[in-house]
Amino acid sequence: MNRGRTILGTWAGFLVILVWCLLPVVWILSLSFKGPDETAAGSPHFLPETWTLQNYKDIFNDGDFLDALRNSFGIAIIATALSVVFATLAAYAIARLEFKGKRAVLSLALAIAMFPVVSLVGPLFDMWRTFHLFNTWPGLIIPYMSFTLPLAIWTLSAFFREIPWEMEQAAQVDGATSWQAFRKVIVPLAAPGVFTAAILTFFFAWNEFVLAISLTSTTSSRTVPAQMSFFVGPDPFNPPYGQLATASVVVTVPIILIVLLFQRKIVAGLTSGAVKG
Amino acid sequence: MSTAVATPATKAAPSAAARSDRTVAENRLGQKLVLPAVVVMLVVTAWPMIQALYLSLFRYRLTTPDDKEFIGVSNYTTILGDSLFWKDTLNTVIIMIVTVAVELVIGFAFAMVMHRIVFARGAIRTAILIPYGIITVVSAFAWQFTFSINNGWVNSWFHWLPWIGPDTNWFGSHWPAMFAIMVSEIWKTTPFMSLLLLAGLSQVSEDMIEAAKVDGATAWQRLWKVILPNMRAAIMVAVLFRALDAFRIFDNIFVMTRGAQDTESSSFLTYRQVIEQFQLGLGSALSVLLFLTVLLLAWLITAMFRVDLAQARGEG
Repeated sequence: MNRGRTILGTWAGFLVILVWCLLPVVWILSLSFKGPDETAAGSPHFLPETWTLQNYKDIFNDGDFLDALRNSFGIAIIATALSVVFATLAAYAIARLEFKGKRAVLSLALAIAMFPVVSLVGPLFDMWRTFHLFNTWPGLIIPYMSFTLPLAIWTLSAFFREIPWEMEQAAQVDGATSWQAFRKVIVPLAAPGVFTAAILTFFFAWNEFVLAISLTSTTSSRTVPAQMSFFVGPDPFNPPYGQLATASVVVTVPIILIVLLFQRKIVAGLTSGAVKG
Repeated sequence: MSTAVATPATKAAPSAAARSDRTVAENRLGQKLVLPAVVVMLVVTAWPMIQALYLSLFRYRLTTPDDKEFIGVSNYTTILGDSLFWKDTLNTVIIMIVTVAVELVIGFAFAMVMHRIVFARGAIRTAILIPYGIITVVSAFAWQFTFSINNGWVNSWFHWLPWIGPDTNWFGSHWPAMFAIMVSEIWKTTPFMSLLLLAGLSQVSEDMIEAAKVDGATAWQRLWKVILPNMRAAIMVAVLFRALDAFRIFDNIFVMTRGAQDTESSSFLTYRQVIEQFQLGLGSALSVLLFLTVLLLAWLITAMFRVDLAQARGEG
């Protein structure tokens, strides 16, 4: 009796979670198939009355949006790659070596994770103009690196602590060179951690908005979230619901693909080290 | 090892020296490996913060850069004497407290479901990661359209509620607009909260819960006396990171109201002074105040939970 109730409750909870997570996603998907006439007239129905691909055609013919998409991918991928390389070096040192200042590095990382990004908008705006980094890719890549490093360092050092490093020596005893021992033993063990850190870093860079609107001024470096927030369409009294929803769907596709492929790794990375002790 | 100094030229001396050489080398290698990361982190945070501290003492407006003049702390007195600053701080605090409290409750319920569930674990984790991964701006648009008068579904689905009609304008007055902003914030970040709480929940020993059950504790007592106290570290990490994150709220407000209907937050005020008004001096003072507030909050929350910060980890 009691067991049956628990199972029923779990089922109900399962459905609630699914609806919670997917309803807004289904909503923008539905909105993206509503034609401009339907949204301009006002359409309170959840699903489109007539389904159309017009918004997708418009969005993929919009040069500004395509530029923003290119900027988003370029900036996020470069920032992720650099951040993960630096974080791997630092996390290896933190997990494996004894050195002065280890605690200071961890505290600095923690402090930066809590840092209010908006506080930097003023001074960075001023500095970037002086160094000619305003409205350039590096102008966004550099701050994205510093804000993703803490997360990457914490995740990676938690992973590296779990690696059985003795296996490296064991392989060498068995006749492997140190390069082979590293390549064949350590890299496969460390790769999942590095990969997880890369996914979380990419999510941050893909999502970032404050710096993206403050440190850019044209589509030569504006990322999708920034471009979307400035997109008003031809009629200021009628926001282009359909096109904004379509742009939303397009930038959400990579996120959904990554989540579908790697959900296990992301969950492990998000919670690693969070509850130790 | 210290005897090596006293004993002249014994065999102990070289080995001690070699060992300390190794320690020195390890120390150096360690520092070398963390150096690039530390430099990048400092260049973009510590240096601009010092810059902000300096600029905050000047009257400095980019539209009239030649008027730059040292004015001491009067930017700070201007801000602290301005009711707009306090109104925005109050908004931010309300958003922070309400969203974190709601997320904690819903997040815990979600964590319980995910902990108990035996089927479709992959499916539920995939679903829960979608709001986590989705761009905040996209979430803001999705909910803005949801609450829209002529294109949203809230008014048509919930018109049977006494305070909602077919033409309720959610962005037309303060509290409904705040409500819409908070819904978007809660929707997007509850999954993160629930995953952290799930990790904490899975560390609570089943034996302890079973023992409490045998001793006759009700489900409610088991929750409050056994489960929650044993997840204190996880709850504290979740609350700390979410509270600081919520305090920095910007994206949702920018997209949904642009600060209209007095929905401006501290971050939004700072942004507006710097980027829209080019008030670098005043904006820098706001930046410094925001930074200090976040420090104070972090200190308050850790003191409240009395948990070593080293257990916590970053969430960018």
